[in-house]
Amino acid sequence: MRTIDQTTQEILDLAAKHFNVPSGSLAPDDDFFKKLGIDSLQTLELLSRIENHFNIELPDYEVQGVSDFRTLASRIQSRL
Amino acid sequence: MLDLSKYQSIGAALKDALEQFADEVCLMEADREREKERLTYGDFKKRAEPLARTIQDANFLAGDRAAIIMTNQSKWLISAYSIFFCGGVLVPLDYKLTPDEQWQLLAHSDAQVLVTEYPIWRQLAASPGRGTTLSLRQIYVTEAPANADLAGAQRWEQTLTKVAAPVFVPRSRKEVATIVYSSGTGGRPKGCMMTHENYLEQCVALTSLYPFAPGFRYLSILPTNHAIDFMVGFFGPFICGATVVHLRTLRPEFVREAFPKYKITYVSLVPLVLKNLQKGLQARFAALSSSKRKIFDVLVTVNKALTKSQPRLGLSRLLLKQVHSGFGGELRAIIVGGAFSEPQTLQFFYDLGIPVANGYGLTEAGTAITVNDLHPFRADTVGKPLPGMEVRIVEPNADGIGEIFVRSKTVMSGYLNEPELTAETIVDGWLKTGDLGRFDPAGHLQLFGRKKNMIVTEEGKNIYPEDIESVFESLPAKEFCVFAANYIWPQRSMVGEQLVLVIHLEPGQTLTGDLRKNISLLNNRLLNYKRIHGIILFEEDFPRTASLKIKRNILAERLAKLDRAAAIQSL
Repeated sequence: MRTIDQTTQEILDLAAKHFNVPSGSLAPDDDFFKKLGIDSLQTLELLSRIENHFNIELPDYEVQGVSDFRTLASRIQSRL
Repeated sequence: MLDLSKYQSIGAALKDALEQFADEVCLMEADREREKERLTYGDFKKRAEPLARTIQDANFLAGDRAAIIMTNQSKWLISAYSIFFCGGVLVPLDYKLTPDEQWQLLAHSDAQVLVTEYPIWRQLAASPGRGTTLSLRQIYVTEAPANADLAGAQRWEQTLTKVAAPVFVPRSRKEVATIVYSSGTGGRPKGCMMTHENYLEQCVALTSLYPFAPGFRYLSILPTNHAIDFMVGFFGPFICGATVVHLRTLRPEFVREAFPKYKITYVSLVPLVLKNLQKGLQARFAALSSSKRKIFDVLVTVNKALTKSQPRLGLSRLLLKQVHSGFGGELRAIIVGGAFSEPQTLQFFYDLGIPVANGYGLTEAGTAITVNDLHPFRADTVGKPLPGMEVRIVEPNADGIGEIFVRSKTVMSGYLNEPELTAETIVDGWLKTGDLGRFDPAGHLQLFGRKKNMIVTEEGKNIYPEDIESVFESLPAKEFCVFAANYIWPQRSMVGEQLVLVIHLEPGQTLTGDLRKNISLLNNRLLNYKRIHGIILFEEDFPRTASLKIKRNILAERLAKLDRAAAIQSL
């Protein structure tokens, strides 16, 4: 079982890869809309990638209103 | 299609539709790749009537208000029909608002019934805003897990056990059918009171251009609380016996799959999603080998020539088979609304033989005012006024551009609890839209920006700057306010709208790094689409009324003297 820190780090790595930014340039408290300059639709694309990675299904409502990696990680952790 | 001129209310028309089309498929619901449910109009009736009886038994009377906060799904429409059946006024609320905002609107609308989904209810029940809504007497929650704490709500599914038939409560055309919040969740909620007549008339006008019929399938993606989806994803298809398809997840890959899987006829999208779709297709075309690309380009050119005066769907589907089969091969039009679409995006789809029904409307006018009739397709305008719409341009300048006024049976009866605002907005029967436009010689309307202090995002969100100021209350400065940059410096454009924070610092105070950081932190508390983009430092006292309210129009005039590019500092 992963720890929340591991989950968070894996999400940061996935996001960096997906949006093609240097790994290590993203931090848990970053607002991903702002930091990556993405819209809600692009966030959904990232979620699909995260789901595949962790092999879980994350309903859309679970991520409603979430805009930082730390909160996103906690929602994912609760489904692992 | 039912003859709507014979009906007095949404409820009466829907009731007959459920009888007339009893064996047609009315709803399909899928979660990811799994189809969960398929209901006929007859099944729909069987689900709706027990809920109607349940709320009636709890003393819900004609004219009482009932709110729905749900994502797009079958139970949204079933619950809405139950409410209309009981003569209730429906209050459709945006599921994307924060719980506090939802409570604020529930209180403002004086709702007695709430129908919602468990994940939404979980957040609502835990929010301190709950104490403000005293009128709420019945709460129905769908899809709650077996052991869930319902915090005073009842299970929606339990209502299905009700056996006694409900009593249909008739309403008349001029009575209020819905209260739709066009915006304003911060300071001043703007609840548009829409009458039954508004919907009946709008439905006749829209279906005259974009008809539905049994077998047509509408993919419902725009939130159903939005005027467009309510009309083309519920009322319109139902009175024609067509099918509405709901997806429980809006991930792009599942949305893409839904088109061919369900042979979709119509879909409504916001401009942002349409643009994303365009980008995806462009990337696919770019990946073609150069020989295939050449053939493809020739086919597109041929299609363009053949569809110059009007769409020829059959022909386009043959010529550009691969593109069309990706959309299921049955798509008749993409309806785009909620915000302004860029002409080049619209043209891109039309050139592929996929008409985009773009138009112009606002909730206050009952969904759509103008729509492109596709004869011929014009990407540079928002089309001609729909049947029954009177549109005029008031005080036009030398170029013919002025404020758009509308008069029609589809215009709302007013804003709830706001007689003054209503009197300012609807004058002698004419709705002042606050948008600037002009008619071209062919009678098509072109838009040229806004006269009002607001923005509309590409996702179709209306944002009034006044509503987000409270977030910055703790800001250490003498005074501040938020403006739409295009309101200060009119742009004659509907794109690139931004919000700016105007700050008047205390004497001797400067815009330090700490202050900037503070502004950023406060800004981040806002939902991403409500955030400000830049700061303007203003060195004079804000002009104020005797009651100390900021005179925004005068302040805007003063700010307009500054150079826009130099005045706005990015965050």
